[in-house]
Amino acid sequence: MESSPTTQSSRIVRVASGQGFWGDWLDAPRRQVEGGQVDYLMLDYLAEVTMSILQKQKERDPAMGYARDFIGAMESVLTAVTDRGVKVIANAGGVNPYACARAVLEVARARGAAGKVKIGVVTGDDLLPRIDELIASGHALSNMETGEPLSAIRDRVLSANAYIGSEPIVEALRLGANVVVTGRSTDTALTMAPLRHEFGWGAEEWDKLAAGIIAGHIIECGAQCSGGNCLYDWRNIPDLANVGYPIVEARADGTFTVVKHPGTGGRINVQSVTEQLVYEMGDPHSYITPDVVADFSTIHLEADGENRVRVFGIEGRPATDKLKVSVAYRAGFKAVGTLVYAWPVALEKAQLADRVLRERLDTMGLRFDQILTEFVGVSATHGRLAPQTSEAQEVQFRVGVRGPDRKAVERFTREIVPLLLNGPPSVTGVAAGRPKVEEIVAYWPALVDKTVVQTKVEVLA
Amino acid sequence: MKVRLVDIAHARSGDKGDTANVGVIALEPGWYPFLAKTLTLSRVTQHFDGVITGGVERFELPNLYALNFLLHGALDGGGTLSLKTDAQGKVFSTAMLRMVLDVPDAEAAALGLPAAPVP
Repeated sequence: MESSPTTQSSRIVRVASGQGFWGDWLDAPRRQVEGGQVDYLMLDYLAEVTMSILQKQKERDPAMGYARDFIGAMESVLTAVTDRGVKVIANAGGVNPYACARAVLEVARARGAAGKVKIGVVTGDDLLPRIDELIASGHALSNMETGEPLSAIRDRVLSANAYIGSEPIVEALRLGANVVVTGRSTDTALTMAPLRHEFGWGAEEWDKLAAGIIAGHIIECGAQCSGGNCLYDWRNIPDLANVGYPIVEARADGTFTVVKHPGTGGRINVQSVTEQLVYEMGDPHSYITPDVVADFSTIHLEADGENRVRVFGIEGRPATDKLKVSVAYRAGFKAVGTLVYAWPVALEKAQLADRVLRERLDTMGLRFDQILTEFVGVSATHGRLAPQTSEAQEVQFRVGVRGPDRKAVERFTREIVPLLLNGPPSVTGVAAGRPKVEEIVAYWPALVDKTVVQTKVEVLA
Repeated sequence: MKVRLVDIAHARSGDKGDTANVGVIALEPGWYPFLAKTLTLSRVTQHFDGVITGGVERFELPNLYALNFLLHGALDGGGTLSLKTDAQGKVFSTAMLRMVLDVPDAEAAALGLPAAPVP
């Protein structure tokens, strides 16, 4: 349908954030579609190491490997999708977007809505099957921080995914999908793609694409821009129990307003949005995405009534010819144990426990890459910046080890509980028993030429 | 006069690998030039001496009345490698706000900066 320029320029598209990470509030997606009018529901499930966890799950069961929470979320918003035309965009597909899509279709079928859900499946981000071919053809996939080539850890790689941009999501929407499931899309593309689709933004309209990316950055962490984890005036942020997740009201010219549903708690103001803008920020002049390089120094924020912040002035530059790749690899083992020491002189007791423990580890000849001790309640989070001006009433002694030898880490886990009876006094807090050994799956950021990644879009119904 | 950063700015921090970022935002737009002048690279590097193992980078965002600092080597390897309670650098924000600044009385008065409470 063609719309006149006037209608197009005044038209508003609403993209709601319903999940800021895998494990976020289960109730948020439903609240977003029931609390008022929204056009799109955006659900972000993937953090840096999530893909490797999903890869391990898929190895155990080929039908797994996606964010299972998404299926519950789809159940909770299904009627909004089928009866009110709300579209859902999620990177819940993980390393198995097709299995994820089939599980959603199964939910629709079970609810008698089989014909009403069209799922766009975006793939092509998974580079794991192609790693050797890529290395052989000269793509070193070197670590962006250390410069080391991927070949150094090749045999320990668990997953490798390129961060893909908005284009395949736009394509899925163009093909008529009302649910789009991707693998490792960038978080921000999940918001930018529907705006690009609705307003017909071209691939070189850098300012508008950058605006869509920044809209995505503001709402990709859910309530973190609407009163959650907000330091500014935190005591007076109302009704956090019913915190409203953010919604972007976007216009064709690339300006947008950050809002939340009426009657919800939390607070959206210039300060809450600014805190989210600087979250996980690198060089603010070059926020690099597959679609565009956004310049955060061009963002203007303006209060636009209660719980409304208008965002405008955003500029962007052409995208680079690379995509970021997230590789996850096995990097040894770790365990963390804790004990609690009580008044009087709790810290001194905890410090003695640390010396005793380290001497025992040393006597056994156990070697680790790292042994880290923290005194929670005294200096764990701020180190020497925290003044020890008053005596702590209790101190948690928290000690962790990390190393390549699983047996050594396991032996360490047997050394914590004995301190209850054979270490310093006034000690408690081991209800959970001995610490668990965890395999470390570490993150290896790399770049790859855009030309080697081909995305694919298929719509299932 | 002593002025506590926590009384004139708010902040949020996050992580990227072994680097923590801290965004510091002026509580009043009019205080931003003072913050930009005062929170120099060397002042912040000195503040985190002994807390981080790498260097510091500094960026200005006058449009947001904010400064962004990258603190390298802040997270014991970062992400899943880290053994720290704050493995993702979530509370480096308030570690930054512990800074206490020496401000000439006249300047503090002109800007309306609150004096640090006398201990």
